[in-house]
Amino acid sequence: MAECHPVGYQWVMEARARGAKVFHIDPRFSRTSATVDRYLAIRAGTDIVLLGALINYVLSNGLDFREYVLAYTNAATLVNKDFRDTEDLDGLFSGYDEETGRYDPSSWAYEGDVPEEEEPVEGGGHHAEAAGSDSYGARGAGASATPPADPTLTNPRCVYRILKRHYSRYTPEMVEELCGIPPERFHELAEAITANSGRERTTAWVYSVGWTQHSVGVQYIRAASILQLLLGNMGRPGGGIMALRGHASIQGSTDIPTLFNLLPGYIAMPHAHRHDGLDHYLEREGADTGWWGNRRAYVVSLLKAWWGDAATEDNDYRFDYLPRLTGDHGHYATVMGQIDGTVKGYFVVGENPAVGSANGKAQRLGLANLDWLVVRDLMLVETATFWKDAPEIETGELRTEDIGTEVFFMPAASHVEKEGTFTNTQRLLQWRERALDPPHDCRSDLWFFYHLGKRIRRRLGDDEIDRPVKELTWDYPEIGEQRDPDAEAVLREINGTGPGGRLLASLRELKPDGSTSCGCWIYCGVYADGVNMAARRTPHTEQGPVALEWGWAWPANRRILYNRASADPQGRPWSERKKYVYWDAGKGRWVGPDVPDFEEDKAPDYVPPEGAKAQDALAGTDPFIMQSDGRGWLYVPSGLSDGPLPAHYEPHESPVRNALYGRQANPARRTIDRPENPYNPALSPRFPYVYTTSRLTEHHTTGAMSRPLPYLAELQPEAFCEVSPRMAEELGLENGGWATIVTARTAIELRVLVTGRVRPLRLNGRTVHQVIMPYHWGYSSGGVITGDVVNDLPSIVLDPNVYIQESKAGTCDVLPGRRPRGTALLDLIERYRHG
Amino acid sequence: MAERMGFFTDTSICIGCKACEVACKEWNQVPDDGFVFRATSYDNTGALGASTWRHVAFVEQDGRWLMSSDVCKHCTHAACLDVCPTGALFRTEFDTVVVQADVCNGCGYCVPACPYGVIDRREDDGRAWKCTLCYDRLRGGMEPACAKACPTESIQFGPLDELRQRAAERVERLHADGRTEARLYGENPDNGVGGTGAFFLLLDEPETYGLPPDPVVTTRDLPAMWRWAGGAALALAAGVAACFLGKRG
Repeated sequence: MAECHPVGYQWVMEARARGAKVFHIDPRFSRTSATVDRYLAIRAGTDIVLLGALINYVLSNGLDFREYVLAYTNAATLVNKDFRDTEDLDGLFSGYDEETGRYDPSSWAYEGDVPEEEEPVEGGGHHAEAAGSDSYGARGAGASATPPADPTLTNPRCVYRILKRHYSRYTPEMVEELCGIPPERFHELAEAITANSGRERTTAWVYSVGWTQHSVGVQYIRAASILQLLLGNMGRPGGGIMALRGHASIQGSTDIPTLFNLLPGYIAMPHAHRHDGLDHYLEREGADTGWWGNRRAYVVSLLKAWWGDAATEDNDYRFDYLPRLTGDHGHYATVMGQIDGTVKGYFVVGENPAVGSANGKAQRLGLANLDWLVVRDLMLVETATFWKDAPEIETGELRTEDIGTEVFFMPAASHVEKEGTFTNTQRLLQWRERALDPPHDCRSDLWFFYHLGKRIRRRLGDDEIDRPVKELTWDYPEIGEQRDPDAEAVLREINGTGPGGRLLASLRELKPDGSTSCGCWIYCGVYADGVNMAARRTPHTEQGPVALEWGWAWPANRRILYNRASADPQGRPWSERKKYVYWDAGKGRWVGPDVPDFEEDKAPDYVPPEGAKAQDALAGTDPFIMQSDGRGWLYVPSGLSDGPLPAHYEPHESPVRNALYGRQANPARRTIDRPENPYNPALSPRFPYVYTTSRLTEHHTTGAMSRPLPYLAELQPEAFCEVSPRMAEELGLENGGWATIVTARTAIELRVLVTGRVRPLRLNGRTVHQVIMPYHWGYSSGGVITGDVVNDLPSIVLDPNVYIQESKAGTCDVLPGRRPRGTALLDLIERYRHG
Repeated sequence: MAERMGFFTDTSICIGCKACEVACKEWNQVPDDGFVFRATSYDNTGALGASTWRHVAFVEQDGRWLMSSDVCKHCTHAACLDVCPTGALFRTEFDTVVVQADVCNGCGYCVPACPYGVIDRREDDGRAWKCTLCYDRLRGGMEPACAKACPTESIQFGPLDELRQRAAERVERLHADGRTEARLYGENPDNGVGGTGAFFLLLDEPETYGLPPDPVVTTRDLPAMWRWAGGAALALAAGVAACFLGKRG
C-alpha cells in the first residue's frame, strides 16, 4: 500500500501512531513491509491456506462473534443433502464434470431450494460458460429468503459445520509447509486479529491485485469475507475488506462498466440464447427477495435513459436493442479472436495491453492481425507502436511490411484538461474541474465517443439494424470552442429523472413502469435536487468524521455498506466504542452519523409477511440487504463457478505439490491451450523458481505516464528483478548485473538487485526461491527509459468467475547474463519447451 | 528578520515514496540527474548534488529498511556562505541559506567548504546549486514543495523553535515505546555548525545514512588562521623592513 498508494497510506501511518497494529503479508518485502509492526513473507499463490488457517483458528477456538454470526450470516442455514465437500472428494466439490472442467452448482444450493433448470439452448450453454459469476453472484441469485436453518449449529449440514470441517486441515503446520510462515508468526497474527474483533474492536483487511490476479482470485476475497463475517467485522466502523484499485476511478469503471458482461450498476448483460424478452430476462437473472427484487425498476429506468421516448411498455422499453452475449467476450477471448481473425477492429482507451496484459506476445500477435486499431492515450504507447518496435520484430516473428493493421492514434486529454468524476475504492464520487483546455487535437474520452457517435448517426440509413443507434438519446449540450459535451449533463442523466424531467433524489424513486429514467441505479441521488453532490467540498472542520458532505458515495451517500450490522439484532450499538448506526425507538428510525444502509423506518422486530418481495421480504435483523436472504454468505449456494467455499489450489504453474488435496490446481480454472500460450508444466524442474510481478512507487502501471517523465524515470531507470543473496550466489547473479528470466512464453533480461529483503522460503525441508519483478517497462511509450516487458512472461490462465489472469504467481528459470538476441531467443525458448 | 524557519525530517515515518525529490524538482525546475541503475537498494539518484536537492536514502539492514530524505542543512554557521566571494550565497530573512543563480560566478569555493557535501556545481553551467528551502514559496507564504508533497508528514516545515520542541517530544514518545535507537541529528545549537536549520530524527548512527557524525563548519578556524597569517605577515614585513633598515644602517 505504501508502494502503490502512498497518499492513502498516510492514514495507515496515522492509525499506527494511534496504536493500531499493522501486519503486512506479501511475497515481497516492500516499502509497506518497512513501515509496519510485523511483516510476514508468504509464497506467492498460497493465501487461501493462510486465510483458511485463520478461519480454522477462529472456529476451533470458538472465537467467532457468535451473536453476530447467528443473526447476520448464513451459518445456521442447511445445505442440500447432495452437497459434497472437498474433504469428501479430495479437492473437488460435488457437481464436477471432468470432461468439460466445469461445475454444475445445483447440489450446492440451500436445502429446499429447487435448482434452476438450465434449458439446453442452441449455441448457448450454462451460465458459467457464458459469463461466470460476475453477472450473477452480484445479485445473490437463486436462494430463498428464509431457508431451513439450525440455530443450534449442530446439524452436520448447516453451513457452520460444513465450514468447520472444510477448514479442519488448514493448520499452522500446513501454513508453514505451503506458505513458508513459521507457526509462531501465524499465532501472533491469529491472536492479534481475534483480540481486535468483537463488540469493542474491529479489524480491517486491505488487499490489491496481489489477491485478485490468480486462478483462484475470487476465492481469495471470499476467504477474507468468511473471516470478517465470523469475526463480526462487516458493516461496522473500522472493519471491512478494502480493495485497493490499480488506477484512478477503476471503481467507477466497474460501476458504469467497461466490462463485457455487465450493464451499469452490476446488472447482467443479456445473453443471446438464454433470454428472450425483458420479462424472461428479469425472471431468470436474480432473486425476487432483497433489493435486487426491484431490478425491473433499475433495468427499465436504464433503458429509458438510453432510448428515451422510443422506449415504451409496448416495445419492452427497447430491451431488444441491448447487445447480447454469446459467450466469453473478455479481454483474453478477444485477443484469441484477433489471432484467429474473427475480431477485426479494436478500441484501446487508456490501456496498454501490449505491455500490461499477460503473455505480451499473444497480445501483439493479435494486434498485428487486425484490420484497424484505435489507440487513445496521452503517449504513443507500445500498443500503438508494436508494428515497428515489438520484440517480435527483432526475432523475425513479425515483419513491419507484413502487418496490415491500420493504427489510428488519438491524443487524449489529461485529467486536468477535462471535467468529470473519479469514483474511488470507497465508492466515493469526487467531481473535478477542468483547469485548462486540452492542447491541439487532444480531447477527452467523452468528447471522442460523443462526436464519434454523432458522426456515425449521421451516416446511418433506415435499416432496422441501425435503429438502436439512431434512437439513442444522444443530445448533450456542447460547450466552448472544442464543443465538449457537458459532463454535468451526463451526470444528470446517470442520476436520473422523473416525470417532467425532475431530478431524482433517491433510488427508491425508481419505477418499473417507464415513468423514471436513470443511467445507473446505484448512482441515483448524486445530482439530487439539482445539486452536483460529487462536487461538495465541506472541510473536515465543518462536519463530523464520517464527512457526509465531502463528495458523494453510492448508494445514497452511505459511507459504510451494510451498516445495519453495526447494531445488534435489537438495534442497539454493539458497544459504546463502536457505536455507529442504531435504532431510535422514540423516533421510530435508524440514526447515527452515517446514512443507514437500511429502510430508515424498518424496525428491528419487523417480520416479513408470507410471500413478501424485494426488501419487504427481509426481516428487521437482515443487514445484508442485497442478498436474497439478507445474510452475509459464509457459504455461497449459487453464483460462483468454482465452489461454494474457498479451497487452496496451487497456481497453475507451481513448483510445489498441493499438500491439501489430490487436485493440484483449481479444477475449474480456464486454460487457453494454444500454441501462442504454452504453459510451464507444474512441478517442472526446468522452471524451479517462483516469480511474482509488482509495482513501484516511482512508476505507474506500464510506465506510459511515468517513463516519459525524466523526474520519475531517473528514480527507477531500468527494469530489474529482486533476488535473495543466496539465490544470487547459487546462480552466479551479480548485483547490478543482468539476469535472463525464462518461461515457456519467452525470456526477458533484467538488471539484478540482490537484496536481503527477499528471503528463500523453507517449505517442508526444501528451499523455494522467489523472484520479484516490477513490470513498468516496455520498448517505447515515448520513454526516456525502456526495458524488457515483464508481462511477456506470465501465461494466460484465468480465474473461472471473472476471467482475470494469474500474473501474481508463476514459475520460471533464471540464467545469469543477458538474453540471446534475434532467432537465438526463439531457439532458447524452444529448448525450454521441449527440453 | 522573520522567525527562523526550517525542516524537521522524521525518518521514522518516511515511506520512501520520493515525492519530496520530485516535488522539489518540479517546483524549482531542477534538471534530471541522469538515468543510472545503481543497484543500491531503491536509490538511483545517489546523493545530494547540483541537480538533486532532496535525496531519499535507502538503507537495507537485517529485517529493517531505513528510509531518510536528506536536504541542505541551512547551518547556523554556514561555511559556503562564509567563503563565497561574490555574495551569491546569502542568508535570507528566514535565516536560510540561498544561492542567487544570477550572481554566482561558478568559482566553486563553496563546494569543498560544505561539511555535509551538499552544495555542488552543475557540470554544464558551472554554477553552484542547492536547496533554497523554497525561498520563493516562503516569500509567498507557502511551505516548501517537499514538505507540501510529503504524504506522511515525515518532512515538517515550520519555525525552528517549534520544530525542535516537536522533535524532542517525538523522540521521547519513541523512547517510551521502546525504540531507544531514535535520536536527533543536527538540532543542537552547540554542535560544530551551531545547529542546523534542517535537522533529522534518525533510527541509527548518522554514518548509516551517509551523514557525517560530527560535522564542523570548515571556516571555524578561519579567524585564528587569519590571526596567525596576519601575525606571520607582520613578522615578515618587520623582517623585510629590518633588512632594509639594517642595510641603510
